Amino acid sequence: MIVEIGHFALILALVVSLVQGTVPLIGAHRNDAAWMALARPAAIAQFVLIALSFAALTHAYVTSDFSVLNVANNSHSAKPMMYKISGVWANHEGSMMLWVLILATFGSAVAIFGQNLPPSLRARTLAIQAFIALGFLLFIVLTSNPFERIMPAPVDGRGLNPLLQDPGLALHPPFLYLGYVGLSIVFSFAIAALIEGRVDAAWARWVRPWTLAAWIFLTAGIGLGSWWAYYELGWGGWWYWDPVENASFMPWLAGTALLHSSIVVEKRDTLKGWTVFLAIVAFSLSLLGTFLVRSGVLTSVHAFATDPARGVFILVLLLVAIGGSFALFAWRGPSLSATGLFVPVSREGALLLNNLLLTTASAVVLLGTLYPLFLDAMNGGKVSVGPPFFNAVFIPIMTPLFAALAVGPFLAWKRGDLPGALARLKLALGLSIAAALATWYVAADGPVLAVLGMGLAVWLVAGAFVEMASRIHLFRAPVVESLRRLRRIPRATWGMTIAHLGLGILIAGVTGSSAWKVESIQTMTPGQTIDVSGYEFRFEGASGVGGPNYTATRGRFVVSRDGTRVAVLKPEKRVYPVQGRPTTEAAIKTTFLGDIYAVIGEPEGNAGGYVTRLYFNPLVPWIWAGILIMVVGGLFSLSDRRLRVGAPSRREAPRRKDPAQKARA
Amino acid sequence: MKRLIFILPLVAFAIMAVYLAIGLTKDPRALPSVLIDQEVPPFDLVAIEGRDRGFKHGDLLGEVSLVNIFGSWCIACRAEHPFLMKIKEKNWAPLHGIDWREEDRQAGPAWLARFGDPYTLIGDDPKSKAAIAFGVTGAPETFVVDKRGFIRYKHVGPMTQDVWDETIQPMLEELRKQ
Repeated sequence: MIVEIGHFALILALVVSLVQGTVPLIGAHRNDAAWMALARPAAIAQFVLIALSFAALTHAYVTSDFSVLNVANNSHSAKPMMYKISGVWANHEGSMMLWVLILATFGSAVAIFGQNLPPSLRARTLAIQAFIALGFLLFIVLTSNPFERIMPAPVDGRGLNPLLQDPGLALHPPFLYLGYVGLSIVFSFAIAALIEGRVDAAWARWVRPWTLAAWIFLTAGIGLGSWWAYYELGWGGWWYWDPVENASFMPWLAGTALLHSSIVVEKRDTLKGWTVFLAIVAFSLSLLGTFLVRSGVLTSVHAFATDPARGVFILVLLLVAIGGSFALFAWRGPSLSATGLFVPVSREGALLLNNLLLTTASAVVLLGTLYPLFLDAMNGGKVSVGPPFFNAVFIPIMTPLFAALAVGPFLAWKRGDLPGALARLKLALGLSIAAALATWYVAADGPVLAVLGMGLAVWLVAGAFVEMASRIHLFRAPVVESLRRLRRIPRATWGMTIAHLGLGILIAGVTGSSAWKVESIQTMTPGQTIDVSGYEFRFEGASGVGGPNYTATRGRFVVSRDGTRVAVLKPEKRVYPVQGRPTTEAAIKTTFLGDIYAVIGEPEGNAGGYVTRLYFNPLVPWIWAGILIMVVGGLFSLSDRRLRVGAPSRREAPRRKDPAQKARA
Repeated sequence: MKRLIFILPLVAFAIMAVYLAIGLTKDPRALPSVLIDQEVPPFDLVAIEGRDRGFKHGDLLGEVSLVNIFGSWCIACRAEHPFLMKIKEKNWAPLHGIDWREEDRQAGPAWLARFGDPYTLIGDDPKSKAAIAFGVTGAPETFVVDKRGFIRYKHVGPMTQDVWDETIQPMLEELRKQ
């Protein structure tokens, strides 16, 4: 019964989205207030219906209702409750449900918090959002219905891919989707602005918090996914340039560019067409990512649903959404005229450079991801584009980006003083060169790029501190004065500095783990000791252990350095009887300078020997720390009063906080 | 001129969409072999230790047979090995092996002694002579060769019951009729 209610609510939501997409749009065209006003209640109704539908599906998973085909295929009664719930979105149909749920959440958020948006812009934005929802709801109902019943119901379910039974996985898709779909609202704003023919500072200020929110979720989602791959796949790596990783990285690059270009629109009333273009591109790349994952045109560990009918449907969806918006852009874009002048050496000039490099990077990832597809389409044979390509093209793009990044905040709007900015960065430059030389001295036999990477990492971190110090006139003004200035720094500025600092730490982590990773693969018998990067791993044998729905072989390694015990590592190799598939659970001991990482494999020989993989992964924890700091920076910026959802208005002066607004935020 | 720049994204997307549409019609997992429907290139491999006969292209004439590329170093080969043993036990088809890229001449025979030997003929190919002729991209790979010594199909990756039932078995029946 509950399942049928969910199914019915989903179909109702589809009808509502059709109304929400058309009536307000016509209303905005005719300037009919009543028709436009329909957008808000419709958006909220749509959210309620989809939430109801999602709740019904979740209920079926929680109660293990195997008369529902989707539950029978993807769940099992012996599964822990957490994975029964995460199982809802760990399959194709359920993940699409999560997608529309988040889409409707963002739509209703605009309906609720966007009260001071001009009615026509709000009506058009919500209408576009409804059209996106309509496309995806049709997709679900016609090709991927999660509410299909099965007769007779099987006694038990077929379980969930064991690789996916993990806390990292339970969390990373919701975050990624919040990021992907969060970009949808920015896209809807951009299309609405194109229809209106008006992009101005106020528009940029409305769009920025949504971009920022999406960016925060996307950053966290990519970070979580990478972390999951790192400890669950047991290959000691954290990024593989897998097509699906690229599918999340491309919108991130475009979204990061958008985040920066919308500042230029707000402050300088220029780069308008470009910013609208980026808003379209960022969400289009999210859609493209969905197509690549769901259609089966590319193979990947993530491609859990490959069905040509779905592929055709999503392709049509892409044609309408992306093709339609680019056509609109070609038609209306040229009328978006800029008033601001542009001088290369200025804050906006630096932000433009940032944009050019980030979009180039995004284009390069797109090319690398789709190249095998292009070649195959022309019968050019099967190829795969891997890390060597991406590393070779990425480093030359990222190096100038990072080099300019520390300088940008020192340049004034309109006309910057480059020699002056560099003079203030003398300390950071000195530290950066010192770090590069130190890297060269310590790891003389290591890759040359590591020297560059470490230099850039210190350049960014030091640059962030110098920037903050110069902002509060540290050592140039009395301490009291500096403290007073420190308190006055807007949160958006804190956010920028923190995020840039996080990026510096992330670069150090990426450099360290790529340049100095030590790996040792061998068969070990109990009592044997292997030295990895100064750590002695003594293998003490393996034994069988049981879990709630798996059995495992658990190895035991005692790791010591210079005779003192550092850690006891217990990696597992699990077998889930329902699917018969093994998974590896790496054992990781995190230290400040890196991770000590052990994986146990197959038994070998008769003497209790096992294949073992032992790693020292230098600075990997810095990657996670860097991403976390970037997210914190984003949150700081989002909490800025001037950017708070609903706060901006077309008036120039920031409004005083009123209690109602405070409660909403 | 300015208008052209604004049209550019639409054009770029249209081109991409065409490729995506073509991509939909293709199976990314199917790895075609350039040698399909070609005669097996000449090769002559020596025997592995413990056998007196090697394996050469002439051995493939007169009967529909399978050629499996394996190596003791190859983990996926170990995964498919029980199924290869089943092929031998049930006598479904003659199965020949190419023992590929062994660094140690003892390794292949030791591996077969431990897990069982499903092969009718085996050639030792430490220098990839036959493997290159067959266009092997990795191990394991299994080729279907017809009575005239023409390669008719290549399966990449471990052989499984599903692949056998869906593809190999019907193909063998078809080829035996010819």
